[in-house]
Amino acid sequence: MNANEMTIATARDALRRGELSAVDLTMACLTAMDAGDGLNAFVHKTPEIALEQARAADARLAAGAAPAMCGIPLGIKDLFCTKGVPSQAGSTILRGFRPEYESTVTARLFDAGAVMLGKLNMDEFAMGSSNESSCYGPAVNPWKVDTRNLTPGGSSGGSAAAVAADLCLAATGTDTGGSIRQPAAFTGIVGIKPTYGRVSRWGIVAFASSLDQAGPMTKSVRDAAIFLGAMAGYDPKDSTSANLPVPDFEAALTGDIRGRRIGIPREYRMDGMPDEIEALWARGIDMMRDAGAEIVDISLPHTKYALPAYYVIAPAEASSNLARYDGVRYGHRAKLAQGDGITEMYEKTRAEGFGPEVQRRIMIGTYVLSAGFYDAYYNRARRVRALIKRDFELAFEGGIDAILTPATPSTAFGIGEMASADPVEMYLNDVFTVTVNLAGLPGIAVPVGLDRQGLPMGLQLIGRPWAEADLLNHAYVLERSAGFVARAEKWW
Amino acid sequence: MSIDIDTARKVAKLARIRVEETDLPALAQELSGILGFMEQLNEVDVTGVDPMTSVTPMRLARRADVVTDGGYPAAVLANAPDAREGFFAVPKVVE
Repeated sequence: MNANEMTIATARDALRRGELSAVDLTMACLTAMDAGDGLNAFVHKTPEIALEQARAADARLAAGAAPAMCGIPLGIKDLFCTKGVPSQAGSTILRGFRPEYESTVTARLFDAGAVMLGKLNMDEFAMGSSNESSCYGPAVNPWKVDTRNLTPGGSSGGSAAAVAADLCLAATGTDTGGSIRQPAAFTGIVGIKPTYGRVSRWGIVAFASSLDQAGPMTKSVRDAAIFLGAMAGYDPKDSTSANLPVPDFEAALTGDIRGRRIGIPREYRMDGMPDEIEALWARGIDMMRDAGAEIVDISLPHTKYALPAYYVIAPAEASSNLARYDGVRYGHRAKLAQGDGITEMYEKTRAEGFGPEVQRRIMIGTYVLSAGFYDAYYNRARRVRALIKRDFELAFEGGIDAILTPATPSTAFGIGEMASADPVEMYLNDVFTVTVNLAGLPGIAVPVGLDRQGLPMGLQLIGRPWAEADLLNHAYVLERSAGFVARAEKWW
Repeated sequence: MSIDIDTARKVAKLARIRVEETDLPALAQELSGILGFMEQLNEVDVTGVDPMTSVTPMRLARRADVVTDGGYPAAVLANAPDAREGFFAVPKVVE
């Protein structure tokens, strides 16, 4: 096994025992990263930073008592501001932007000794489900079944592709409507979106602030537990950050879920859902039952309205957050014609800098917030959001410990195949994941099987607020029962 | 609710995104399609339900109203497309 193929847990143990050096591990990843250019996952490589961090990690490991993430090579989604390193959120409008500061998440990871290999591809401003709205061009799924290049999903498509192809041990992602869990499912890896407020949003380029949450994308549930522990925690710089202790997530992986009650929401059985996804879900239910859990049919009656509510609220928040890209403080500024004033500067800069999907969402957001429509769209969506959250609260009050659903309504599709589709069709990718963001809950995607073509399929577990430890333990049971070991065959 | 060309023009203006006159019909159609999808929300009975304003039931943290950061104008201006003499520079705003 090449070192870059290791999990965080295996590498941590080998590093601590002195069987492997952080420099050698990092070199293995840098080699894999360069050989993986065909996947278009890494868009800004930082080998000098990586090697410097790896040397520091080795010194720390030699001194003993190094944290779990010490010497672990990671990819960082382009949405995270990293000091002195391009941080573009996949957008032309931030071309050339090198933050003067470090996001809280990356600062925490670096303090724990983690190594940054580079920045990862993503949909522009995290708006997309196929990585196709990126200014760098689409990242490519390492899984392939014919001559087509498949999408790794989105928006954290570069993160998913890099982890699934062993270009790094793990990667950071962010999830506003499913952007960690959908790409994780499309590439056969694990991705967890924590409870809203568990991980600091400070220094992460904002898309929809009441929905955005960062989380780890990893090769195993254990890795997700280790990685999340290093990302999470109170941050006074994020006013929505929760001042709660961070439990030892890895210690929670007991594998014992006997007597736990798993809810199966009937509204997630969708018309037109492929029978293979349906069958996978049924297998997942059997696995939980066989592990001693009690399976309970539940109802989340407002599920159907989650997507339309999301596509009011997220663009509304985005239109406000993205107002800052005006060509004045950072990034792109359009060349102006004779006589152009400041309004022309704004309008030309934003027309040139934002791609079509981002422009569309900003305009939808502008419309639903404009005088006369605010109540009819934005306030109504926020009322429906309250009902969606209440659905979950009632289920949990009824004694449900976790909810099991499919992660995505399909497996990975071909790049370009949705190009002529209605934007709303692309939005349907988030149908199973978006409810979790609206309700602020933790959710995790776990790879469970392959479809007939040989592409990975995942299931999602949804947990109670702040109960990531418990959720990870349920996911650990699902992972062990599924025994998913398939890997993408190397073609790149 | 369908969006006509005038509304599309107005929305683009409010969003400060330049859209060519010839692109407005397609934009209006796209926006109408998305808004049509949102019409489903009208089926929901929201009587007596307050709009959700915070994701977790916690009071937004407050801090003392004091300066905690600053004093490095060069770093603030480092990424500006046009900065002069310690200021962001923009086209003339007032005639």
